[in-house]
Amino acid sequence: MKHFTSICIAIMITFTACAQQTESTIKAEAPPQKYESEVVVSGLSIPWGFTFLPDNSMLITEKAGELIHVKDGKKTVIEGLPDIYVRGQGGLLDIELHPDYKKNGWLYFSYASAEGEGQGGNTAIMRAKLVDAKLTEKQLLYKAGPNTRRGQHFGSRIVFDNNGYLFFSIGDRGNRDVNPQDMTKDGGKIYRIHDDGRIPKDNPFVASEGAKTAAYSYGHRNPQGMTKDPKTGAIWTNEHGPRGGDEINIIKPGKNYGWPIISYGINYSGTTFTDITAKEGMEQPLFYWVPSIAPSGMAIVDSNKYPAWKGNVLVGSLKFQYLERLELKKGKVVKREKVLEGMGRVRSVKQGPDGFIYVGIENVGIVKIIPSK
Amino acid sequence: MKYRLFYVLCICSGLITQAQKEVEKKSSFAKSIEEGQFIYEDFCMNCHLTNGEGVAKTFPPLAKSDYLMNKRELSIKAIKFGQKGEIVVNGVKYNNVMAPLGLTDQEIADVMNYITTSWGNINKKMVTKAEVSAIEQ
Repeated sequence: MKHFTSICIAIMITFTACAQQTESTIKAEAPPQKYESEVVVSGLSIPWGFTFLPDNSMLITEKAGELIHVKDGKKTVIEGLPDIYVRGQGGLLDIELHPDYKKNGWLYFSYASAEGEGQGGNTAIMRAKLVDAKLTEKQLLYKAGPNTRRGQHFGSRIVFDNNGYLFFSIGDRGNRDVNPQDMTKDGGKIYRIHDDGRIPKDNPFVASEGAKTAAYSYGHRNPQGMTKDPKTGAIWTNEHGPRGGDEINIIKPGKNYGWPIISYGINYSGTTFTDITAKEGMEQPLFYWVPSIAPSGMAIVDSNKYPAWKGNVLVGSLKFQYLERLELKKGKVVKREKVLEGMGRVRSVKQGPDGFIYVGIENVGIVKIIPSK
Repeated sequence: MKYRLFYVLCICSGLITQAQKEVEKKSSFAKSIEEGQFIYEDFCMNCHLTNGEGVAKTFPPLAKSDYLMNKRELSIKAIKFGQKGEIVVNGVKYNNVMAPLGLTDQEIADVMNYITTSWGNINKKMVTKAEVSAIEQ
């Protein structure tokens, strides 16, 4: 009997240990709001990404495969998109303008594509020009391979840094144990290329045999938020963990961000896939979320429209349907707050050229945040 | 006497064929459920979660879901063409978007068979590829 009891206790400990996770010590607060919200574009389903043209009109990507131009409230569907592989989390994804768009007219977008080797699809980056509501001069700059019918983790975010390099993310494509830690495989990585698709000569893995030389950092799960720190010029990302363990990272060349060797998350089922959260040679996140908020989209406020928010990081929560505002002190998150709570799943966020924050919310549209007077 | 034996054999073989058919039917249902579990884990689980419990007010539950049990055609339609706008599941309102998943009709049948027979859900009539194909937007 004694043995039986101790066995029972041992079993209980084993099982509870499986689900043991340390919650984020800083919780998201919901104070009374000091801003108003205005839906500036309505009638959208999944506005995965959006950007502003020099005339302040907007280009919005709908995941289902539509590129929409909105000017003075009038929507035009842009023609000439490449074939888009709409399956699972794949579809038409992010969009970004060249920093010198006014001069060269290049716009960049990411999407799931079935082109190339193997059944299924994988993430692609293309650039094109917009002429008379049509895409022209299309150039495929990067296509991850091989294709797979798995539905997850296309990554997708596109950001230019201050030196004109194009950064983009590709998630692990549902192949956790193969892609993220193998430099010869696409997926689970942040990439850096020139604006015309060439691989920079000083990319960290150009000398590694068989490596995907466009890769810049690795060990990522599914980064669906990326932005340039307006102050330092560094590239910041957020990525989905499994159950718990969503992360914010600052991307450094050649670094390993640990997935799935280290993680603050556990499997969806509650079982663990790793016992460690830290390892030598692997980067610690700047912040991690337990429980997961399912982060998507990222921006750092630097306009003067929101004095109290200056330097804050904004991250959309797909799971809890709000925009999270994170305050940092000395590189550490010290406060979290819920913004726009209850409007819907926040997919994307950007500071517009007018200094206002715009938020892409599923089944709502694009929402502008206006500080209360 | 010979005839009687013949009849008995006929009936027996008939019964056997019938039983075999039942087994085959069952095994194709079981196989579809099994396939459906892979589809579920790949395409559905990160929102509807491991045990179909969903997330309060954001992602409706599939486990013991009155919507899934009573609205078979609408459920298939949602998986096939995506779901947008307000629905009520177990008395709770949900107003979100589920993008079209890009699954084949067979994959939709498989995942339907999995979710309608898991977590306390009961479904005795297998969803077939033909049933899914017949549903239009």
